[in-house]
Amino acid sequence: MSNQYVLFDAPGPRAKRITRMLNVLVALGIIAIFVWIYQVLAEHGQMKPSLWWNAINFNAWSNYLLPGVQFTLQAAAIAVVTSVVFGLGFGFLRLAPFRVIRWVAMVIVEFFRAVPVLVLMVFLHFFFSQFLTSYIDPRNSAYYAVIVALTLYNGAVIAELVRSGVRSLPKGQREAALAVGMTATKSLRLVEVPQALVAMLPSLVSQFVIILKDSALGYIIGFAELLRYARHLGSGYGNILQAMVVGAIIFIVMNFVLVWVAQALSRRLSSRTSGSVEVGIPGMAQMAVVAPDDDEAPTATQAQAMINRNPSERE
Amino acid sequence: MEDILYLFEQYPIFEGFWTNIQLAIWASIAAFIFGVVLALFRVSPVRSLSWLSAAFINVVRNTPLTVLVVMSVLVLWGQLQINMHSNFEMNFFILATIALSVYHAPFFAEAIRSGVNTVPVGQAEAARSIGLGFFPAARLIIFPQAIRGAITPIGNTLIALIKNTTVAAAASVTEASGVMKTMIEFNPNFMIAIFLIIAIGFSLIVIPVGLLTTWLSDKLAVTR
Amino acid sequence: MKTPWMKLAAIGAGSLLAMTACSPSAQEDTADAEDADSDTITVGIKYDQPGLGFREGDNDPTGFDVDVAKAVLSEMGYEEDQIEWEESPTPQRENMLENGQVDMIFATYSITEERAERVDFAGPYFMAGQDILVRADDEDITGPEDLNGRNLCSVSGSTPAQNVKDMYADEVELVEQDGYTECLTFLQSGQVDAVTTDDIILAGLAAADEYADEFKVVGNPFSEEPYGVGLPRDSDDTCESVNEAIETLRDDGTIDELLADNTEGVDYEANAELNDDLEVITCGDVAGSLDEDQEE
Repeated sequence: MSNQYVLFDAPGPRAKRITRMLNVLVALGIIAIFVWIYQVLAEHGQMKPSLWWNAINFNAWSNYLLPGVQFTLQAAAIAVVTSVVFGLGFGFLRLAPFRVIRWVAMVIVEFFRAVPVLVLMVFLHFFFSQFLTSYIDPRNSAYYAVIVALTLYNGAVIAELVRSGVRSLPKGQREAALAVGMTATKSLRLVEVPQALVAMLPSLVSQFVIILKDSALGYIIGFAELLRYARHLGSGYGNILQAMVVGAIIFIVMNFVLVWVAQALSRRLSSRTSGSVEVGIPGMAQMAVVAPDDDEAPTATQAQAMINRNPSERE
Repeated sequence: MEDILYLFEQYPIFEGFWTNIQLAIWASIAAFIFGVVLALFRVSPVRSLSWLSAAFINVVRNTPLTVLVVMSVLVLWGQLQINMHSNFEMNFFILATIALSVYHAPFFAEAIRSGVNTVPVGQAEAARSIGLGFFPAARLIIFPQAIRGAITPIGNTLIALIKNTTVAAAASVTEASGVMKTMIEFNPNFMIAIFLIIAIGFSLIVIPVGLLTTWLSDKLAVTR
Repeated sequence: MKTPWMKLAAIGAGSLLAMTACSPSAQEDTADAEDADSDTITVGIKYDQPGLGFREGDNDPTGFDVDVAKAVLSEMGYEEDQIEWEESPTPQRENMLENGQVDMIFATYSITEERAERVDFAGPYFMAGQDILVRADDEDITGPEDLNGRNLCSVSGSTPAQNVKDMYADEVELVEQDGYTECLTFLQSGQVDAVTTDDIILAGLAAADEYADEFKVVGNPFSEEPYGVGLPRDSDDTCESVNEAIETLRDDGTIDELLADNTEGVDYEANAELNDDLEVITCGDVAGSLDEDQEE
């Protein structure tokens, strides 16, 4: 951990004593907090074994938790694919040779990045259930609203990743492509974007974590995802607290697994591109909202900053 | 046009946005302070503090904000009986602020930590060699350089936080997205206009913050 | 042509298909399609209201509304296995009747003039009233007037809570939650003093084993909520036969029995005054019938 040397000297005997004392105090503090929480909950009868058992028994898993996990994962998985498609499409348009197209694509991308996902979801939920009833079963309007809202927002972020990924490539790549007689579009399609894609894969995967996390917003518009099912379970057995805690733990575990996969993937891919690769902070969706004018190429540091949203681990 | 004006008269659109802004202001202050503490713990040589901070950061980063907001009402208020204010409206506003702060603190912490890491070790060594202790070195040498490297991630976290204030709706705080919902429910014919009003409102709040971040990070960029 | 991009497009298209293929209610849809020709009837109920309409997975639903629905349909000549259950959440009830997803709805569906503009009603089969649920040892709250300075919980967007605030106790602190179960945990832990909504819903909630003897319904209803059977527009014939069935079931005491079964263990009695002389409405003329009620 190189950062320790920036702020602290190597500890001497007195510092070591203080450190040991602090370690004990912290441990005691943590234990005290947990004991207090347990006591308060027990006082209100929330620690009855039957309440917790009803939240994790066979009935809970088969009728509530597993279907909930299924719909959460299903919505997130579909949104991942559709947002990549949307993102690539708009990423291309943002690099298109025509100013008008670039400009329109920029406005659309920036719009969806500036609007809160929840606002999009609430709107789409109403929109689908009122105007698109002939195409979409109104019972499913919340489900589609979640998918489309996640697609629009995360697709816009991915479009931005594509654009900045291409910009972060060394100029030589494009020049070489033009030199061997490719057109600008061909160079984009065959040389630049594929490399940028590999470079942005880690950021892309951490975007998937965000999609999975944000699918929980569907709870607020009534989409039957994991938390909704947990709530439903809690209404049936009078153990809403326990059911929600179990649902939250499942959610957190799913995210941990996905982050772990993302990190493993980024380590494997880090040597396969001339672009730069780092795992972004999962959950950090935003980058600078207004990108610099397209005609001025951003400085290398800006492009780097956009791609590496966690510059801390850069060597 | 008249209908749009009617919407503005009939529904508390500005009050809704004002709630979002207030949530954003209080939560970002609290989250930033909390984030500094987490970052300090994280880089401190005390193993337990560093471990505690890392564990907290990892768990919270993998927790959906919806869960935190729902739990702040269901557990923090409902069971642990932490009453913030005798007025319920105020009470849930504060609970939502707490949930938002807890959720964003790890992002601020990581932003600060990454800023600290952009400072070359030589700077600290030089500071020590001229006799500066921990706090003077941190205040005079490390922090001013670190904050520059942290501006972009901090700005990004701030923008995310502003947008995430809408999730306070899950703690029954009346804010812009809730106002939008009510408006659409009773005026479904103007659904798209209503959505655009709210969407543009958020753009107007978010875009200046983005511009400011870009401007600041350009202006303060350190050449190395 | 350029295969990677073609692949991508294919994946995109494929996922769109997947989106429709495994949408949450797809399974039930196919079931419906198979049965479309045979003589079944689709009934909308609540799935998350213990004591009134509650269902887990594919198990048989339970609750007062469900039992009344079964009894009415059996009077009308349907076998139990001809009934298809469908969840009809509060905000979607009119929609579901309008676009034909369900044939009738038994889901704590109060007859109001506003709703009658979009759907038809038969019944009412029960007269609920807004009431208050308190902790069993609470002797201080006996009506909405006692709520001043107290904490009250209800469901977001519901009119009952606002009614209390506007009409009886303007100093009440109101917390709105997603569902009544949250309210019950707050009531249990002491953070709120009362929960308000229709008395029968409160009774159903408190009847759960987990809450044995913890809560009581105050028993002082301060509004009239006639629960009707929602039907698609212009179904006067069905309406007549539903009304006939309801009258039979009321006369032979079945409805009272079903009510007692579903609220066992709670100190609750339906408001006798309102329920004893309950008259079914004239089919196709909800407005007229409601006015008549008020005049009496």
